[in-house]
Amino acid sequence: MVLVVLDHDGNKLRKGSLEALTRARALAEALGGRVAGVLLAEETAPVEEALAYVETLYTATLGPYTAEKWAAGVVAAAGEMGAQAVVAPSSRQSRTYLGRVAYALKAGLLEDTLESGVEGGAVVATRYAYLNRVTQKVRSALPVVLSVKPNTTPLAEPLAAPGAVKPLEVPPVPTVEVLERVQEEKKGVSLTEADIVVTGGRGMGSAEAFRLVEEMAALLGGAVGATRAVVDAGWRPYSEQVGQTGKTVQPSLYIALGVSGAVQHLAGMNKSKYIVAVNKDPEAPIFKHADYGIVGDVHQVVPALIEAVKKLKD
Amino acid sequence: MKFVAVIRQVPDGESKLKIQGNRVDLSGATLILDQMDEYAVEEALRLREKHGGEAIVVGFGPERTEEAIRTALAMGADRGIHVVYEGFADPVAVAEALAGVIREEAPTLVLTGGQQADWDSQALGAALAEALGVPVVSWTTALELEGETAKAKHDLDEGAEWVRVRLPAVFTTQQGLNEPRYPTLPGIMKAKKKEIKKVAFSGAPKVEILEESIQEKTRLQKVLDGKDPVAAAEELVRLLHEEAKVL
Ligand SMILES: Cc1cc2nc3c(=O)[nH]c(=O)nc-3n(C[C@H](O)[C@H](O)[C@H](O)COP(=O)(O)OP(=O)(O)OC[C@H]3O[C@@H](n4cnc5c(N)ncnc54)[C@H](O)[C@@H]3O)c2cc1C
Repeated sequence: MVLVVLDHDGNKLRKGSLEALTRARALAEALGGRVAGVLLAEETAPVEEALAYVETLYTATLGPYTAEKWAAGVVAAAGEMGAQAVVAPSSRQSRTYLGRVAYALKAGLLEDTLESGVEGGAVVATRYAYLNRVTQKVRSALPVVLSVKPNTTPLAEPLAAPGAVKPLEVPPVPTVEVLERVQEEKKGVSLTEADIVVTGGRGMGSAEAFRLVEEMAALLGGAVGATRAVVDAGWRPYSEQVGQTGKTVQPSLYIALGVSGAVQHLAGMNKSKYIVAVNKDPEAPIFKHADYGIVGDVHQVVPALIEAVKKLKD
Repeated sequence: MKFVAVIRQVPDGESKLKIQGNRVDLSGATLILDQMDEYAVEEALRLREKHGGEAIVVGFGPERTEEAIRTALAMGADRGIHVVYEGFADPVAVAEALAGVIREEAPTLVLTGGQQADWDSQALGAALAEALGVPVVSWTTALELEGETAKAKHDLDEGAEWVRVRLPAVFTTQQGLNEPRYPTLPGIMKAKKKEIKKVAFSGAPKVEILEESIQEKTRLQKVLDGKDPVAAAEELVRLLHEEAKVL
């Protein structure tokens, strides 16, 4: 019995949900059992879409997201179906409420896994540790709670026959009161899904200079990233931050412009296939972690790069 | 009031890691108070300075963790509690072990780092909150006490939000919440005399590490001189197109 948490934006399932579903199906097959889904909504949820993927879909509408309510919802669904494993897409939010779920279910917690399988009745998985520098193979007996790192797993196909909805009773829990959401405007390609990421650091010098970073990203069909220093300076929104306290990205090409290469930043991008750095300091640590680089001033090099890419495209 | 900061000792991110018998060997690494936990210690100190009471540091880990507890005491924490365990214990098991110790203190609130620099886990704060039966605010960047409640700002996957929460509650911390102070020499001297209560770990880790390997990709490190920016840019684009084939 495996429960998959289907994450969504109110209208559509997130891609990560279909990755989690693939993992959940593989675990169910190895453990012998079915897969059911749980779809928790603030107000609206893509119920029809979700029903195409699971035989049984537990649903509940819980109002503004909080870790407590989401944990209670997942625990209730796991209880209803007698789940031995709970699988969810990995996000900052899920990694919070799953900590509660694991404790409540007396389960082992395998966070942000790259791969998972069953060996000798226990669940084994691989994941990164030590600021993304080490790969660990970990094992947990059942029950287990597992989150799936984005972009690690093929997407699940829909089932032949649509499933059935089971409304869930979620007991009230002590939680936080959400006073105000500070939404950030989303534009362009999503950072975690982009195949090319162009990140600006404090070396860009000003918020205005990010025009160059944006132009470069747009030209390459990539996303804009930022360092913590840039976010703290108020030049870019937090949602663009790459690193230990920001997002983890793994594009084919990561371009770091005016970025020093601090370990906490590297933690968010050191798995990129190719890393390119532009920095005026030849001793900047980023060059040790780069495949290609230019020692120079971003204000001269980036415009030249933009021209060179345009030339290549013609 | 009592403000508890939960901390661990981890290798410095700049330290070179090596592998010995399929596991990370930390014998040559510099070990530090997890920087993400430093924000928790600093916040506990600031809350105590503003509202009075006690700042208590609770550390989990092997004997050597005492060094990290001393660092927090040197920053200004009043006393320490050390739950001693050699070996790997997963955050859910740690939460279980710490909950008893923390419950006994009946704290106003509990703070801990948002992500652990060794296991890359984000679960300790949430699991601890579940164990204590209180709410959790993760990735906190602002925190104000208002009577029986606290008002806090914290980061979401996209954007951020302000919440109000009845205390006690658990807050996980990160860069941006505050600027941690350095231990001063008098602080270090005083810390030597402060009490650290040792508690044995009671619990059964559910997760086991089978194997660890370092997979830092060796990078090409082809660095061009940008004195002639146009020539350097054209050469870089050529390399990315022809050699790396990513453009
Ligand atoms: C617990 C913790 C968590 C953290 N989490 C994160 C995180 O998630 N993400 C993150 O990014 N950081 C994080 N940090 C902060 C991190 O340690 C660094 O402070 C940060 O990454 C530095 O950003 P930067 O490289 O933009 O700035 P700096 O370190 O100031 O580097 C700027 C670089 O630009 C170069 N430069 C300056 N001018 C020019 C120019 N004109 N042309 C070319 N190059 C130029 C300089 O040589 C320098 O190398 C965290 C820190 C802690 C303690």
